[in-house]
This record gives sequence, structure tokens and C-alpha cells, in this order.
Amino acid sequence: MVAIDNRSAEQILEPSPLAKLRRRIFGHYSFLFGAGVIVLMVLVALAAPLLAPHDPYYTDLSKRIQMPFWHADTTPAKYNPDHLLGTDKVGRDYLSRLIYGAQVSLLIGFSAMIISGIIGTTLGVLAGYFGGRVDLVINFIINVRLALPVFLVALSVGFVFGASLEIVILVLGLFLWDRFAVVMRSITMQAREMDYVNAARAIGVSTPSIIVREVFPNVLNSLTVVATVEMANAILLEAALSFLGFGVQAPEPSWGLMLNEAREYMFFHPWLLTLPGLMLFLLVLAINLFGDGLRDVTQARERA
Amino acid sequence: MLTYTLKRLFVALLILIVVSALTFSMSHLASDPAMAIAGETASAEDIQEIRRIYGFDQPIWYQYMAWAGKALTGDFGTSYHYREQVSVMLAQRFPTTLTLGICALAFALLLSIPMGVLAAIRPNSLIDRTALFIAVLGQALPTFWFALMLMILFGVQLRWLPISGNATWAHFVMPAIALGYYSTPALMRLTRAGMIEVLNSDYIRTARAKGLRPPTVMFKHALRNAILPVVSLTAVQFGFALGGSIVIETIFNLKGVGWLSYDAILRADLPVVQAIVLVIACFYVVLTLAADLLNAALDPRIRVR
Repeated sequence: MVAIDNRSAEQILEPSPLAKLRRRIFGHYSFLFGAGVIVLMVLVALAAPLLAPHDPYYTDLSKRIQMPFWHADTTPAKYNPDHLLGTDKVGRDYLSRLIYGAQVSLLIGFSAMIISGIIGTTLGVLAGYFGGRVDLVINFIINVRLALPVFLVALSVGFVFGASLEIVILVLGLFLWDRFAVVMRSITMQAREMDYVNAARAIGVSTPSIIVREVFPNVLNSLTVVATVEMANAILLEAALSFLGFGVQAPEPSWGLMLNEAREYMFFHPWLLTLPGLMLFLLVLAINLFGDGLRDVTQARERA
Repeated sequence: MLTYTLKRLFVALLILIVVSALTFSMSHLASDPAMAIAGETASAEDIQEIRRIYGFDQPIWYQYMAWAGKALTGDFGTSYHYREQVSVMLAQRFPTTLTLGICALAFALLLSIPMGVLAAIRPNSLIDRTALFIAVLGQALPTFWFALMLMILFGVQLRWLPISGNATWAHFVMPAIALGYYSTPALMRLTRAGMIEVLNSDYIRTARAKGLRPPTVMFKHALRNAILPVVSLTAVQFGFALGGSIVIETIFNLKGVGWLSYDAILRADLPVVQAIVLVIACFYVVLTLAADLLNAALDPRIRVR
């Protein structure tokens, strides 16, 4: 017996949903660029000990401020092919420090995003699902958080408790949850009204189980998009904090701290300032493009 | 409307109380202000004496009430380091930061509104794509690095603009651009989205059908309506600009409130830091309250919720 395929011709000829998704992803150049750069940065950060030509902490005062390779003056006193991107003010290899800097930025951005994501999503989903008084209280907490100037508080905390990588992660994680909470709250409110949520409630599924199994999968897309925004935000804030001396401390190779150390050479060696900033810019740009692209790609799937 | 206004006012006040109590107790519990005042050479007796004079031996809630009561009358105490009235110090610094904030927002609006409108007239055109490209690049540019790059280019190499201080208007050009461009992408996207929505509405079609000249339709009918959400976002962005002014003012040695707050933190000057946090929180609360009330006045549906 032959199974009868009663789909129409268009349905048969139409590509499968997965093929459509694939086509959308590979047609979206900025998304590909963002994802590509992120993957590259993560690989560089993970393989830093293999990729870096020198120890990023090794100082050599006889080789202070060597020029990068594009510089016109290539006399041996100023340029050494061993240091492709030159050296900083205490003779540390700049390329190696830039490579290890990716570790610091990614670690802080990712950890802070995870902490704030957990806090914000919990608050937002609770407010959106229960509404009423719970919503009122959580909304108030969100407003208090928004009224506090993050950067000023982070600087003060850095001063009081002593700035370090862990403190930066903790402060940013405890402060950047507001957007998670706001977005999760409004999406949970919509998801709560869905028929299948009502159905689950009617057949007696427990509230925690409804939240985890029925509501949470709906907020996942927006959650990822907000996560990229906050990760980029945390990376920029860490750089600014380190630049002012209240973030990651010397001799760690943080891009923000490298900008701080290079500031006094602004007049004669501006490339010392250009390079770490370019790395920061590239990473944040990639994360933003990835987030924007993710929204386009997933939203289109919902419409189809 | 009255009930709604009162309700919002009450919440705003409550937010300020919680924010001030939080900052006050955190800063007093985390560090010892008596040590900061006495300096490193002080003996244990001196520190005890300072504790008694400043009232640090009192319970924390009592200290907070005393501080908050004075703050209500505009008295934020005396700076530990400069021995000056904090309110006077703030009043001296504020015009600089306000000038910077207004210049920065003016720059952002002058850039974002024309770009947003042009992009909305022809969505997906070359202009639209260029505007989007600029917005995406702008969002990823670290503010303080952009400021440093401007300094290197226009201050050090071309020598067009001064790089430090706040003596003349020229000193404000680079800081305002560095601070303002950050608000540009968000404002531009909102203008574009608003314009696209309004341009597709029925009353614009009617206006066009009546034979009104395209510029009249564009500016009198469309932009006026599309601009409303941009106004409330501008209010919020102004609050961000005050926060962002810390790095920018420090880099350009522009001695406003942002510079003062960094200086105060370095010197553990608690009364100054607390006052600045409270003032920034007040700004945020008042601006969002104003935006909420404006929206409620324009859209009656908001009031009932």
C-alpha cells in the first residue's frame, strides 16, 4: 500500500523549516560577522598561551616602547621583529598582552551577564507571572535600582573594598539586571495569558512547574538578546572602571587598564592607545551585531 | 488624573528615601569615615574624639535621620577634605556639568533626528542603511576611548581644540561630542521607527490627499507626532549623560560634578559622594516622573491602569 501524501504542491516544494532557518542565518551577513568574530575572540582567549609569542607579564626595561611593525623608523633600537606590535612602557610584548586581554574582557562580560541574568530573569518572571502585589514590589525594586548611578556606585565599591577582577564581576553582576527584569516581566505577562498555560493550570500542574516548563521556553529568545546587550555593556563598563584605576589591577592585561597605562604616551606614541581600544570596539561590535542578528533570525521563525 | 499624579508622586518619594538610606548605610558600614577624616598619622584617641564630634558613635538609623533631615533643607554637610559646604561645592560645579549635558544632548539630537527622518522617508534605501551602519558602530564605541581618540586627532595632532580645562566654549566641543554620540543610536532608531509608523497612518494619507505640500506633511503632521517618545527618551538619556560625565570630565579635566565625584571617591570624601548619588537619583526620578505624567496627560488610557 502506498501512503498518500495529501500536501499541496507548494507545501512539498517549500523548503523545510530548518533549511529556511539555515538560509536566513547565512543570508544575514552582520549576524555571521558578529558570530564569527565572537568565535574567533573566544578561541584566541582559550588558546592564549599557545598564540601569544611572549609572556604577557615579562618586563624588560631595556626594551621599553618598541615600535609596532608599520612604523617608519625600523632601526634596531626602536623596532624589533620579535615584538610585532611593539612593547609597552615596561617592555612587555604588546601583542601578547592584547591576546590575554581577550580573556579578561570575555570572563568579566560573561560572568557579570550570568549573575545579572539570573537575578533579573527571576525577578521579571515572578513579577510577570504573579502580578498584583508581587509585581508592585518588584517594580519598585527595579525603579530603585534604576535611580542608582551604576558607575558611581561601582567606583565607590572599588575604592572601599579594593578593586579586583572578582569585585568588578560582582558589582556589575549585581547591578546590570534591570533590563533583564523589565523585558522578562513584560514577556511573561503575555505568555501567562496563553491557552496552553491556562490548560496546564486547569489540569492541576503546580505553579513552579508551569513557570519552568510552559512560561520559560517562551522568554528564552528575548533572554538571549538581552544577554548579549548586557554582556557588551559589562565589557564596556569594566574597561571604563579599569581605565580610571578602579577595575582590574596591574599587572593584569585588561584592555581598559592598558589604555590607562598608555595615557601618558598620547603625544608621542598614540598607537599604544589605539590598539586596545580597537580590540574593545571590535568585541563589543561583534556582540551587538550577534544580538541584533539573533533577534532578526528568531523573530522571522516565529512569523513563518 | 489627580489620583494618578499623587500615586506616582508617592512612589517617587519612596524611591528617593530607599536610595538615600541604601547609599547612606552602605557607605557608613563599609568604611570608617573617622579614619578618612583623621588621616594616616592620627592616634587612636584622636579617632575616638572625631567619632564623638561627628556623631559616628550614634546608631546608624539615627545618623541617617539626622543627615536626611538636613539634606531636605539643602544642607549636605561639610566635605571631609575641603572643609567646605557640600551644597556650595555642588552649586559651583553644577553649571559646568549642566552645560556639558545640554551641549551633548543638543549634538545628539541634531545628528539623530535628521538622520532618523531621512532614514524613515525611504526605508532600506542607501541613506537608511548608512544611518543604521553609523548607529551600530556608534553603539560599540567605548565612550572614553572615543574621547581619547578625539583628543589625539583634534587636540594633539591638528591642534584645533584645547584638551584640558573649561575656560572657553572650545573646551566643551570634544567632551560634548564624546558624551553625546553615545545617545545618538538610540535616539535615531526611535525617531526612525516613530516616523515610519506615523507616515503609514491614515491622517498622513488624508493630509497628502488634501494636496498639502510634502514638507508641511512631513514636519507639521508627521514629525510632531513621531517626536513624542523621543522627548521622553531624551529625558532618560540626560540622566545617563550625568552618569557618563564622570569619565569624560576626568579625561578632559573639566571640573564639573563628574570630576568632583571621582575626586571625592579618591579622597574617601563621603558627604560629597552621598550628595552626588542623591542628586543624580533625584534627577532620574524627577525626569521619569515628568515623562510619565506627560504621557498620562496625552494618553488617558495610562491613567486607569
